Amino acid sequence: MALTGVLRPGHVQMRVLDLEESIKFYGDVVGLVETGRDTQGRVYFKTWDERDHNSFIIRQAETAGLDFYAFKVDSKASLDKFDADLRAYGLKTERIAAGELLETGERVRFQIPTGHLIELYAEKTDVGNGLSYLNPEAWTAQAERGIAPIRMDHILLYGPDIEAAQKIFEEVLGFYLVEHVELEENKSDLAIWLSCSTKAHDLAFVRHPEPGKLHHVAFQLESWEKVLRAADIMAMNKVNIDIGPTRHGITRGTTIYAFDPSGNRIETFCGGYASYPDWQPIKWTMDEVGRGIFYHDRKLNDTFLTVVT
Amino acid sequence: MRTGPRKREAMAYFTVVIEGTGETYRSPEQRTVLEGMAALGRKEIPVGCRGGGCGVCKIEVLAGSYRKRVMSRAHVSEDDEAAHRVLACRVWPTSDLRLKVLGKMGKKVGAGDTAPASDGC
Repeated sequence: MALTGVLRPGHVQMRVLDLEESIKFYGDVVGLVETGRDTQGRVYFKTWDERDHNSFIIRQAETAGLDFYAFKVDSKASLDKFDADLRAYGLKTERIAAGELLETGERVRFQIPTGHLIELYAEKTDVGNGLSYLNPEAWTAQAERGIAPIRMDHILLYGPDIEAAQKIFEEVLGFYLVEHVELEENKSDLAIWLSCSTKAHDLAFVRHPEPGKLHHVAFQLESWEKVLRAADIMAMNKVNIDIGPTRHGITRGTTIYAFDPSGNRIETFCGGYASYPDWQPIKWTMDEVGRGIFYHDRKLNDTFLTVVT
Repeated sequence: MRTGPRKREAMAYFTVVIEGTGETYRSPEQRTVLEGMAALGRKEIPVGCRGGGCGVCKIEVLAGSYRKRVMSRAHVSEDDEAAHRVLACRVWPTSDLRLKVLGKMGKKVGAGDTAPASDGC
């Protein structure tokens, strides 16, 4: 098995201001599948094609934003090893008992220097995608309900000291740098895109003075046409679009940024090239950052560096 | 062919006056103060997430009445709310309004770590 250690983004827990409104948004408009509710009042979703019980969890709170972001690892042995390695690196870790999150095994939680809570876990119940493991069909009716993304794909986090966060993900968790925007030559970056797989990004950071901020959670779609269909669905449902449909220069993904009813930004995107750990990272300079972020407009919009939850 | 009296579209508009610049615009009652402004291509109030979460469209309502929905406590405290310091994306006019813009967009590209962030006011 070539893909070992940290496998992929697994779940994200978000705060929303009005739970019922958000359930309708994520269920009917985004087209996620609700898979459960717990005694804390949290509501669990997954995309139609994901097989594990949940990937996207919301809870009502007084503020919008991110509670935590989690990666699935390949085994309980890896979970224990990463826990020990993180501690040896000097980070505090916390063990959260299996079952605290529905259908999810024990989690290791730690805070990174950007202020965000990151979790690792090895087990989450396989509830399937509605297709058989034996001679399956190609898709289900759920694949056409709402925007209907394939998977919760990556996250962009805003906070200070992104270099220290990058070091933890590279040196302890086996991620590698795919692209970066250089802020000061050979000294610091404005933004970094990291992968633990062959995706162009599983996790990204932008330098920002306030810790613990969320820029967006991204959902992957199958095609550029599906991105355009998502824009139509957003228009029909009066969803506030930040920008798009357009393309990123960085990762080459086609994209829409839009806001959920609490002002949390989501991305519905397609593409991005396949990347490999032996590849040389791509560097963008500040004078071309506009084209890097929004390839067609070739400039940042007013909200890209400012509007976060 | 009409079979009865045409129903008149009942749409109330209210005048929003922005203190300081003296700019005004007419906003329909079913749109938020921010949507009413943005629909006209106007830019007096900064437009952010439009969901009450990011805080960049903070205003102080100096005169007039409005309906409101839940806003992030990270940007609108209970004191703020009582003093009519609210987010333009979460208030709907129910009378003519006079308001002051409090919010602003944050740092520009490359301003570095030390530049002030948008703190919602």
